[in-house]
Amino acid sequence: MFRYLIRRLLWAVVLFVAVTMVTYMIFFVIPANPARLACGQRATEECVRNAEARLGLDRPIPVQYAKFLQRLVIDRSLGQSFTNRQDINKTILDAAPVTASLVIGGAILWMLVALPIGILSALRPRSLLDRAATVFVLFGISLPVVWIGLVLQYVVGYRLAWTPNAGYCDFIDPAEFATCGGPVDWAYHLILPWITFALLFCAIYVRMIRANVMDTLGEDYVRTARAKGAPEPQVMRSHVLRNALLPVVTMLGMDIGIALGGAIFTEAIFGLPGLGRLAVQSLNTFDLPMIQGTVVFATLCIIVFNIVVDVAYAFIDPRIRLD
Amino acid sequence: MATLLEVEDLRTYFTTDDGIVKAVDGVSFTLKEGKTLGIVGESGSGKSVTCLTIMGLNSKKSATSKGRALFRGEDLLQASNQRLREIRGNDIAMIFQDPMTSLNPVHRIGDQIVEGILLHRDVSKKEARRRAIDALKEVGIPRADRRADDYPHQFSGGMRQRVMIAMALVNEPSLLIADEPTTALDVTTQAQILELMHSLQRDYGTAIVMITHDLGVVAEIADDVVVMYAARIAERAPVGKLFEEPLHPYTWGLLGSLPRLEADIDRLVQIPGTPPSLLSPPRGCRFNPRCPYVFDRCKEEMPELVASPRDSEHLQSCFLDDVTKQREAERTLASFATEVP
Ligand SMILES: Nc1ncnc2c1ncn2[C@@H]1O[C@H](COP(=O)(O)OP(=O)(O)OP(=O)(O)O)[C@@H](O)[C@H]1O
Ligand SMILES: [Mg+2]
Repeated sequence: MFRYLIRRLLWAVVLFVAVTMVTYMIFFVIPANPARLACGQRATEECVRNAEARLGLDRPIPVQYAKFLQRLVIDRSLGQSFTNRQDINKTILDAAPVTASLVIGGAILWMLVALPIGILSALRPRSLLDRAATVFVLFGISLPVVWIGLVLQYVVGYRLAWTPNAGYCDFIDPAEFATCGGPVDWAYHLILPWITFALLFCAIYVRMIRANVMDTLGEDYVRTARAKGAPEPQVMRSHVLRNALLPVVTMLGMDIGIALGGAIFTEAIFGLPGLGRLAVQSLNTFDLPMIQGTVVFATLCIIVFNIVVDVAYAFIDPRIRLD
Repeated sequence: MATLLEVEDLRTYFTTDDGIVKAVDGVSFTLKEGKTLGIVGESGSGKSVTCLTIMGLNSKKSATSKGRALFRGEDLLQASNQRLREIRGNDIAMIFQDPMTSLNPVHRIGDQIVEGILLHRDVSKKEARRRAIDALKEVGIPRADRRADDYPHQFSGGMRQRVMIAMALVNEPSLLIADEPTTALDVTTQAQILELMHSLQRDYGTAIVMITHDLGVVAEIADDVVVMYAARIAERAPVGKLFEEPLHPYTWGLLGSLPRLEADIDRLVQIPGTPPSLLSPPRGCRFNPRCPYVFDRCKEEMPELVASPRDSEHLQSCFLDDVTKQREAERTLASFATEVP
């Protein structure tokens, strides 16, 4: 167990360094002078020269990168925004709970819907439910997220006015000037974003769970369980689902990372002040340190999350050797 | 000895996209308490489906069964699901061909045996575990009390089949159905597993239905033999009689394909051709396209399983006249004998 964790952690470090390196490249790939950007719209020659020195742009690239890493690892600082001089750590930590609410809530929603539909349609292939699920899967996979979001926003939010159109409320202790807050407002504002965000994955998971459960139903050990005289609910619970859902756990771990990217669209549509919107905004304004900051932070989250999933998986599947 | 299992004109048809597969099409046999019945036949002849039908384990959606399977006088084909669950694992247990896939990979083997005990016995978990460990000891798992906490992937194929046997016998069933329990194992392990089953049968008086496509295994442990071909019975007899005077051309072929020392390679496969499709079996005798003795009647009429004129216990389904059969049986056995050193 211990050795497995160490190996896993070392691997995470390698991954992290690789990603920061690639992220750092954007400084040089983006066709703009960072120093000029740092000075804002009306940049004087002097300001640019100062900024170049301050940002270390006059040094060789590896040195710059080393400095960047040093600041990151030792001061745990992502630096300052070009556009508003705000501390990037703080900006990101403000935005992170919004994205976390969206992604985690969305993942819970897609699992809550996909599990029963996937399992039931595997148990009754070609039934009405199974056919309906197939249609749902088709729609979920083929409709673009942006389209779903906009339609939901227009029909449910605007026309029917059942839910808010956009905006976000804090789950706990909202800011003094905020108009809303608390768990109820929070969930109320997130209903449409959750649905938008979850639909695609929900469809993919219905299909995956259905296929897994059907495969597992045909396994020899399921027949063994029946031959022992086990009643069908026990066969399902202890033999079929246990095995069929193991790969789903791994997939979930990987897909949450991918889903984080999808959150960008949902946040943009519904005006959620999360990491996705932050990234889009900073791209528009060429706020390079901010872009870097969001990417580095998202990477860290995904790496940590994957370690957690891997370790959890090793616990629930005895075939994974931990040494 | 009382009759334990009586199967009468059993038929199981599967509805598939391609049509109706008649996987078992009129099979009858009886088995007495404590005895062993061997069922032999090529792959696809319906051996497994016969047994799964008796256990009520075919998929309800695609399979329909007719006929009777009387277990101690009770027709299992008519029994309720509830009643079948009471019988399975308690009165009738089953072990399967592939020990690598027959155990659930995510549960400890001890727990899998305990599950089987708790389903049928009103005992505490602790007592069930004690019994599970005893059962593991009995089938020769070393350090059973510790190995009970291991997972299936930590055992070899032979050891897993021992675990399966322990699981099957832990409730002391009166009938054990073993579906090719040694096919997936190497030769030495095969012999050990057969020996184990034999000795457990002696100790507990369990009757066994042994499915195999190995006549050598049958000769070793069966009391009666059913030879199946394309979903029907070709020949059925007490084991001694079958080997003394086989009466069906298919059985001669099987005897010819018994692997022997010093047999030369091209004599190993004695039955040319492949078994027929069960979607559209040939008219008349199902063996007729492969039979060297075929004549007109075989292509028109389906032979019934009837007793040989000299022996009421020896049943066969072939139109050949008795004199020819006797002669050919002798010839088969003679060639067989000369090749056994
Ligand atoms: N669920 C099913 N649906 C459709 N056809 C089936 C099903 N199960 C078995 N069959 C068919 O029934 C026939 C008999 O199969 P069975 O498994 O009994 O053969 P077997 O004698 O046990 O062969 P083997 O030695 O390979 O185990 C085969 O042709 C098989 O394709
Ligand atoms: Mg079989």
